[in-house]
Amino acid sequence: MGKLIRHLWESMLDSIRDLAPIVGVIAFFQLAVLQQPIPNLFGLLTGTLMVVIGLTLFVHGLKVGLFPIGESMAHDFAHKGSLFWLIAFAFSLGFGTTVAEPALIAVANEAATVAANGGMITDTPDEKESYAQGLRLTVAISVGLAIVVGVIRIIKGWPVQYLIMGGYIGVVIMTAFAPKEIIGIAYDSGGVTTSTITVPLVTALGVGLATSIRGRNPITDGFGLIAFASLTPMIFVMGYGMVL
Amino acid sequence: MGGILQFFDTLVTTVRDVIPIAAIIFGFQFLVLRKPVTNMRQILIGFGFVLLGLAFFLQGLEQALFPLGKLMAQQLTAPEFLGISATASEISNNWQHYLWVYLFAFAIGFSTTIAEPSLIAVAIKANQVSGGAVGTWGLRIAVAIGVAVGISLGAYRIITGTPLHYYIIAGYVIVIAQTAFSPKSIIALAYDSGGVTTSTVTVPLVAALGLGLSSNIPGRNPLLDGFGLIAFASLFPIMSVMGYAQLSEWQARRASKTRGAHYGE
Repeated sequence: MGKLIRHLWESMLDSIRDLAPIVGVIAFFQLAVLQQPIPNLFGLLTGTLMVVIGLTLFVHGLKVGLFPIGESMAHDFAHKGSLFWLIAFAFSLGFGTTVAEPALIAVANEAATVAANGGMITDTPDEKESYAQGLRLTVAISVGLAIVVGVIRIIKGWPVQYLIMGGYIGVVIMTAFAPKEIIGIAYDSGGVTTSTITVPLVTALGVGLATSIRGRNPITDGFGLIAFASLTPMIFVMGYGMVL
Repeated sequence: MGGILQFFDTLVTTVRDVIPIAAIIFGFQFLVLRKPVTNMRQILIGFGFVLLGLAFFLQGLEQALFPLGKLMAQQLTAPEFLGISATASEISNNWQHYLWVYLFAFAIGFSTTIAEPSLIAVAIKANQVSGGAVGTWGLRIAVAIGVAVGISLGAYRIITGTPLHYYIIAGYVIVIAQTAFSPKSIIALAYDSGGVTTSTVTVPLVAALGLGLSSNIPGRNPLLDGFGLIAFASLFPIMSVMGYAQLSEWQARRASKTRGAHYGE
């Protein structure tokens, strides 16, 4: 227990250091550039304290919970030797973590508004709702597929850059044909899909697989899953914009 | 009292977001792998820590940093602050007016990235796997510089109204060229760092900046021009991380060369 508290205390000092820049930036712009007092100082201080506590607990949970389970599962899948189940797991992890992602829900709703304004769909709540829903599913499927492709890459030991270049070419080709209104949203959708809980799990999965499979190097082969997951949504969202 | 209720709300939302993920993990663990997990108790406690930590983190951001940061993005892009009048549309060429905007974009991009939990996770893992060769701080600072430059350039794009895809395609060309010259071990990690940077902390503040700029600058449409900052923020870290690796490799080579020369004497 004493060890846990000492450990948490140390990682809290780390968290304070991690958050110092953002507090400094906001204070500088508020006081020196905009020259305004800080409103609700008490709320600001307690809020910042909560952020520090939250980050500390999160990083601790990451080390004792998310990383070990991700790696132990990767290890077990590699030893079970069933490619089917590994792929099913990879797809579910990508799809399941993305479909409910709050940032994606926000982007999908904005995209529906843009589509309605651009005359791609009629401007009724029902139509926009179904457009946003379809977009969310499209992105979630694309992330699921991305993790699957990434896992197959780790198993086969393909170099990551060829697949990424293929993805880039896909993005460029789709950009040429996609409706102009959708391009900005499509490009942004790549960045918003990977959430705070998905990233550690997917990273642990990749590194775990690369460690368990003979001939793979965890640093060159283990990373790269997230890169795919942020590339495929761009292609799929533009495709969605073209089809609808 | 209201604060406690709000915190409870955030906790419930976090739990709801995590349930599908936990269901997939434990479902596959018990139904497919059918193997007891070593240290199950500790892993469950870890999940508890993650949940509680995220709830605190999000609640604190909502209460403290987001309202002020978003307000700031609005004020810095307000026509009065920028000195634009509704009639003068050619002002967009006068970049000095926007100096504070660029500085804010740079500073907020850098500082939110340093605080981003997913990047911390990837940095910890990369440090472990590389046996300490990839420093957690080196990686995080390289990524943060990439995001800072990306967001500033993205702000410049909104201000000048140039098409987004030219920048992104040019960025791709640079990334591919850098890939050819980077140490093999960093490539996958560099590509990954593009996707992890834009998460909980960065997205809301950057989106507020994009919205403020595109709704206040004459001739910009927030629905069309407000997007794209996130895309910049996910592309530029790839370049900065590869650049960082190239630089460290070059330094190491130079150091070993001078050492070699020294021994040769």
